[in-house]
Amino acid sequence: MVKKECVAMLLAGGQGSRLGVLTRHVAKPAVPFGGKYRIIDFTLSNCANSGIDTLGVLTQYQPMALNAYIGIGSPWDLDRRHGGVSVLPPFVRADGGEWYKGTANAVYQNIDFISAYNPEYVLVLSGDHIYKMDYAAMLEYHKERKAAATIAVIGVPWEEASRFGIMDLDEEGRIVEFAEKPDEPKSNLASMGVYIFNWSVLRQYLEADERDAESANDFGKNVIPRMLNAGEPLFGYRFEGYWKDVGTLESLWEANMDLLGDAPELDLNDRHWRVYSVNPTQPPQYIASEACVHNSLVNEGCMVYGEVQHSVLFPGVKVGRGSVIRDAVLMPNVEIGENVTIQHAIVGTSTTIDAGAVVGTPRREKKLTVIGELNAIGPKAVVSGIFDR
Amino acid sequence: MLKNVMGIIELGESDEFLKELTLHRSLAAVPFGGRYRLIDFTLSNMVNAGIRNVGIFVKHQYRSLMDHLGMGNEWDLDRQRDGLFILPPPKPLERDSTSEHDVDLLYPHLDYLERSREELVFVSGTSMLCNMDLTDVLDFHRAKEADITMLYSSNGDTRLASPGSTFLNVSEDGRVHDIEVGPLHPSTKNVSMKMFLMKKNLLMGMLDQAESRGDKHLVKDTFIKHLRDMRIYGYPFEGYVGRINSLESYFGCSMDLLRPEIWQELFFSSGSIYTKVKNEPPVRYNEGCTVRNSLIANGCVIEGHVENSVLFRGVKVHKGAAIKNSIIMQKGEINSNALLEYVILDKDSTVTNGKHLLGDRKYPLVIAKRTIL
Repeated sequence: MVKKECVAMLLAGGQGSRLGVLTRHVAKPAVPFGGKYRIIDFTLSNCANSGIDTLGVLTQYQPMALNAYIGIGSPWDLDRRHGGVSVLPPFVRADGGEWYKGTANAVYQNIDFISAYNPEYVLVLSGDHIYKMDYAAMLEYHKERKAAATIAVIGVPWEEASRFGIMDLDEEGRIVEFAEKPDEPKSNLASMGVYIFNWSVLRQYLEADERDAESANDFGKNVIPRMLNAGEPLFGYRFEGYWKDVGTLESLWEANMDLLGDAPELDLNDRHWRVYSVNPTQPPQYIASEACVHNSLVNEGCMVYGEVQHSVLFPGVKVGRGSVIRDAVLMPNVEIGENVTIQHAIVGTSTTIDAGAVVGTPRREKKLTVIGELNAIGPKAVVSGIFDR
Repeated sequence: MLKNVMGIIELGESDEFLKELTLHRSLAAVPFGGRYRLIDFTLSNMVNAGIRNVGIFVKHQYRSLMDHLGMGNEWDLDRQRDGLFILPPPKPLERDSTSEHDVDLLYPHLDYLERSREELVFVSGTSMLCNMDLTDVLDFHRAKEADITMLYSSNGDTRLASPGSTFLNVSEDGRVHDIEVGPLHPSTKNVSMKMFLMKKNLLMGMLDQAESRGDKHLVKDTFIKHLRDMRIYGYPFEGYVGRINSLESYFGCSMDLLRPEIWQELFFSSGSIYTKVKNEPPVRYNEGCTVRNSLIANGCVIEGHVENSVLFRGVKVHKGAAIKNSIIMQKGEINSNALLEYVILDKDSTVTNGKHLLGDRKYPLVIAKRTIL
C-alpha cells in the first residue's frame, strides 16, 4: 500500500441521544444542518480543503443513512485509487469481536486499517461539530513543536467553560493540565475534539488503554490524561473562528440561526473554502407573488407562497399561502399547508403540517419546539414542545 | 426500461438567433432555468428511461458543453461499458444559419453506431424542452410495428409553430402521411419535436444512402421519400414543450417556469432533470429584500428587489437594486440602485451602481458574458 503521511479517523458512531427525536433513525453526524448539509459535511469538507485524502469513518449507531450518504466519497473528492474514504463499522474477528466501547477503542479496533497506510500522523476528528478548519496548518504546528499529540482548542465564554474539556496551556502552548468538565476551570480553552497524534506513540497508548480494564476507552477521559501523566509533549493549537458543538436540540437550532444575518460568522458563500455535500436533484426554488422571505436561507426545490422570516428551509419544502414561518428550521420535504403558524421550531424531514395548525411558541418564551421525521400534524392542531408519533 | 435503445443527441440545429448567448457556446450548452443547460432535458429523459449509451454529435463551439458534461457522472453515464460519447466532426463544420446538416454530423461516426449493441436508436435535438417518459414512445413504436416513430406536440401551444418548424400530417391511426419542413402555410398544427425512434440499422442504411446522394437533411431528404413504403408513425406528446428558436422564445420559455404547474411538470413529472452540480449554499435572503414570482437558484445573495425573474446560481443582488422580468445568469452581480427590465445578462457579468438597462418583452436586451456595465 502507498504510504500516507497522515490518516484521519472520523468518529461518527455516537447516537447523539440528546438530539432526541432527530436521531431516532439516523446517527448524529447525518442530521441535516444549514438548509443543505448534514453535520458531517463540515468535517468531511475540512478534510477535502486541507488535503487529507485518506479517511476512516467509524460508524456504529444507525449507520444506514450515513453509509448511503458518504457512499464512495465523491462529493468530497474522497473517491481515490489510493486512500479515499472507508466506512468502518465494528466487525467480527476470529476471536469474537465486539462493539466500539469508546472513542479510543473504536480507533484501537482499526489499528490494521491505519497501519496499512503506514502513516506518520493520525488525525482524530468527530463528526458532530460545525466549523471550518485547516487541518494542514494544525499539522504544521504539530511538526514544529515536535509534539507527541496536538489538541485543537478554542476560547469559550468563562461561564460555559465547565461544560467542556478544559486545557491549561503554558506560554509555549504546551498542555500542563487537562480537566474534563471542571467545576472551577483554570482556563477557558476548550478541547474541540480534534487531535493529531504521532502514530507510533498513539499506537502504544491505545494498546495500553485497551489492557486497562478500568478504562472507559475514551480519548478525552483516558488516553489524553494518560499521555499527560507520562510526560509526553502535548500541545494545544489555538483555533480562531466559528466552532459549535451541536450536541443538543437547542444548540442545533442556535447553530442554524447563526447562519442568518447579513454577515454570519460562518460564511457558507466563501468560494475558497466550500462546504461540499451530496446535492439533491432539485430545480431552483419558486418564490410566489404573495410570498415574503426575509433574513433566511432557502434551498433548491422549495415553493414558498407564505411568509418566511429568520428561518432555514431545506430542499423541497413547501410553504402554503397565508402561513407564517419564524425562527424555524424546516428539514427536507416538509410540507406546510395554508395559514399555518410555525415559531421557534425544528420540523423533521418529510413531516406534513396541515392548514391552520399552530406549531411552537414565540421565541421570547424560550421553549424550542421539535417535531420528528415523517409526522403528520392535522388541520388546526396546536403543537409545542417535543413531538413525535 | 429502454435497455435495447441507444440515444443520439445531434447538435446540428442552427443557433445564431440567440446572438450573444451562442457566441461562445452551442445551443445545447445555453444556460436555462436557473441551473441547467438546454441539453440537460433531453439527456435526462433518456437516462430516466434507462438508456445507457448516449452519443452526442457536436458541431462547433463545444468546449463549454464538454465542461458541462464531464465524464457524464451527473447522468450516471460514467460506465465501464457504454456511457457517454462525445463525437465531434472529423473536420470543423462551418456554422450555418440556414440549414441543419444532421447527415454531415452523423455519417462520419457510422462506426460508433455499428459497434453499439442496441437494436433501436432514439434521436433528439436540444431545442425542445420537455419531461417525457420515453418508455411510452417505445410501447407506441412496438404497438404500431413502426419503422420510424416521430414525436410531435399535440398540446395546442401556438407558440411552437413558426416559419422554420417541421409539421407532421398524421392520420387517425397515427400514420404520418405527409411531412412539411419549414412551410409558410402549414396544413396542420402538429409541430415535430425533432425527436424520433427507429431501428439502428435502418438509420445507418439511410445515412449511407443520404451521404452517397449528397443529401444533407435526414427528415427532408430521406424520411419524406419513404412515407409510402415505410411505416412512419407520429407519436403525440400532450405535455408541456418549450421550444427555443428565437430570443423571444428563449425568454418566453424561461418565464413559463414561473408558472408552478409548468415548473412541476418540467422538473418532476416523469423523472428528475440532472445537471452539473456546483456546491453552492442555499439562497441567502437578507433583511430588506423583496422577491416576488421568481425562480432563484442556490448560491444567490439577495438584498434588493427581484420580480418575475430567473436568477441562476451565485447571483448577487445588492441593496436598492431592482430586477424585473429578467434572466440573470451564473455569478451575475447587480450593484446598488441598478434597474434591469427585460434583460438577459449572460454569465459573470456585472452591472455597476445606478445603471438602468431596459429591454422589451419582444426584444429582450442581451448582455454578453463577462461584461461590466
